[in-house]
Amino acid sequence: MAENAPEASAETHPADAFLAGSLRHAPGPYFGAYGGRWMPESLIAALDELDETFEKAKQDPDFLAQIADLNRNYSGRPSLLTEAKRFSQHAGGVRVFLKREDLNHTGSHKINNVLGQALLAKRMGKTRIIAETGAGQHGVASATAAAFLGLECVVYMGAEDCRRQALNVARMQLLGATVVPVTNGSQTLKDAINDALRDWVANVSTTHYLLGTAAGAHPFPAMVRFFHEVIGEEAREQVLEQTGRLPDAVCACVGGGSNAIGIFHGFLDDPSVRLYGFEAGGEGVETAHHAATITLGRPGVLHGARSYLMQDEDGQTIESHSISAGLDYPGVGPEHAYLHDIGRATYEPITDTEAMEAFSVLCRTEGIIPAIESSHALAGAIKVGRRLAAEGGDPADRIVIVNLSGRGDKDVQTAAEWFGMLDENGQVKGTTLSTRRPKGFVPGEGTGAVEELA
Amino acid sequence: MSATDQHAQQQGTQSGSAESTGRTTASKAAAAIDRARAEGRAALVGYLPAGFPTVQESIDAAIALARNGADVIEIGIPYSDPVMDGSVIQAATTEALANGFHVASVFDVVKAVTDATEAAVLVMTYWNPVMRLGVDEFARRLAEAGGAGLITPDLIPDEAAEWIQASDKYGLDRVFLVAPSSTAERMAMTVAATRGFTYAVSLMGVTGARASVDESARRVVAEARAAGAERVCVGLGVSNAEHVREIAAYADGVIVGTAIVSALRDGGPDAVGELAAELSRGLERGAGA
Ligand SMILES: Cc1ncc(COP(=O)(O)O)c(C=O)c1O
Repeated sequence: MAENAPEASAETHPADAFLAGSLRHAPGPYFGAYGGRWMPESLIAALDELDETFEKAKQDPDFLAQIADLNRNYSGRPSLLTEAKRFSQHAGGVRVFLKREDLNHTGSHKINNVLGQALLAKRMGKTRIIAETGAGQHGVASATAAAFLGLECVVYMGAEDCRRQALNVARMQLLGATVVPVTNGSQTLKDAINDALRDWVANVSTTHYLLGTAAGAHPFPAMVRFFHEVIGEEAREQVLEQTGRLPDAVCACVGGGSNAIGIFHGFLDDPSVRLYGFEAGGEGVETAHHAATITLGRPGVLHGARSYLMQDEDGQTIESHSISAGLDYPGVGPEHAYLHDIGRATYEPITDTEAMEAFSVLCRTEGIIPAIESSHALAGAIKVGRRLAAEGGDPADRIVIVNLSGRGDKDVQTAAEWFGMLDENGQVKGTTLSTRRPKGFVPGEGTGAVEELA
Repeated sequence: MSATDQHAQQQGTQSGSAESTGRTTASKAAAAIDRARAEGRAALVGYLPAGFPTVQESIDAAIALARNGADVIEIGIPYSDPVMDGSVIQAATTEALANGFHVASVFDVVKAVTDATEAAVLVMTYWNPVMRLGVDEFARRLAEAGGAGLITPDLIPDEAAEWIQASDKYGLDRVFLVAPSSTAERMAMTVAATRGFTYAVSLMGVTGARASVDESARRVVAEARAAGAERVCVGLGVSNAEHVREIAAYADGVIVGTAIVSALRDGGPDAVGELAAELSRGLERGAGA
């Protein structure tokens, strides 16, 4: 841990950053010492084309109107800001508000970025999009946008993630996408990105690589953030409207960092608002099984950007571990690395156990089943709430916003397993007691039909 | 990497990075290509990953390669995330890592091959392992081992300020890649930053055997020459003597990777030597064709 702390502090000091003005809308390619383009020359022309198209589009009122329309009439934005009154009792009694990205079409924040990039793909005349996915949420969102806009879609997904998120594999296929299980390396998100990059380099004239997080080579980190900024803009307005003041803290989970940077962005220039990113601590950061990139990584290059990276003495990427497929990534977006170094945001690990406890608490106190990714943010909010309460004063005067980045339908199998709800055959206990005979054994046609209907 | 290194890197990025090309550093790779040229033929550049299947066998195979006609040897560093490699090289480097390969061994391989042969020995590596060891330290140890320089598939000159500085300091070649998608502007910038030879990627894709050489290879070479490249070698997908013959007619060197790795996998160092001998028969200008 000591080895990463002092690294870039000579480059930029928090005070300098604040004095220099706004941290918002950082354009890239560099965020302090991070970001850039550590990419094969073959892909640079495509990155340039994307950069140019994006820079034009974000000034183009027609494009912005198109995004606003889709956000409202397709995704269902603005997403709600819901006060979680019973959950707050577990968080030291501070007021907790949930930014309900779980209510977006397709069930997570991922749709915000996907619609934006899919429109850019069309502007560039590309007919095919490819995507990587971990939890499957980005893959589902990409397949959705592809169907909606008439694009071909191929999704690379680690074979291990296909297993953990089988429901989402089926969803992508139902939406007309091709899912390619990736059996290289750790068979998770980083390997899916590798294969997507290999596809892209071979098919770049027809294909846009729709990267699903705020990482990768320029312009991806700044562009993906741009499409998610709506989360923070809405949340800031909503909390002011509902409470008349800014929150004390904003909490988000960090995989590659897209939902976190989206909500952080709305509050970056509000120095009173503390920003917390929660990484996957897996079985604990003292074990070898975690994905706490900023907590324990050190700067390096992976997938096109310089950022914190889980790597060994030789610079080989270390395989990450998390119960949450969407956080199971050994890298992190470069803007988070920068916000960490300048001290504007704080990054902490949350273990699988802590996340699953928070998952259960939210289910039972608020009637909301969260994604396991988002449960890391909830677990973090419990800690932050308790700390704020311990600072003294009436905890009810304190406000914490949690980015509820996605819903937990996709995680029901994993959660059922975790909470011991499955029998030895992997079936949910109590669901195999029916004494009805299976269809094939029903003797008479008439009775069979009745039984089937019942 | 220290804060000062980062600073240097940023500076270089902002000011462009081709400033050092005027310097005259003796290039081992250029000299090897020029020797072939003096013999009226193109150079053969052969790739093998260090540590596959073991460090010793990779040394033996590279020596066999050099003794059977390869003028330049590329020693690849096995890396966890080889995004520019197809399945054959991925499988080989994954096996090397599983067998316990460590980056420091690459210097042993370079030294052994340099000591035993006349070939110029370049290291081909993704950038993170170099960054992890420290760019200057990596360069120092590579030069000490007798290496010619580096081929950097995921480092473009735009990000290479630190490497340009280190390669000047230690007199190492820096082989950057140009691709069918490179604009004239990028082609010129990349060629200017290069020392040794310009690596012309024959097609848009990753390493791996192909049935034929892509049409675009000839165009990329012509564009690199127009941008001022004195030596251009073509790689990616070059799989047999026929391909070598075709490329040798217009390029200064022919780079073969996957086919050699397959030979090593299936037949050991001897098979590598046989393949190199066969490939090198295609090098003579106007040979066969
Ligand atoms: C619901 C949800 N939250 C968070 C993430 C993590 O991604 P990011 O850090 O880019 O927000 C994912 C990724 O799959 C996700 O599905």
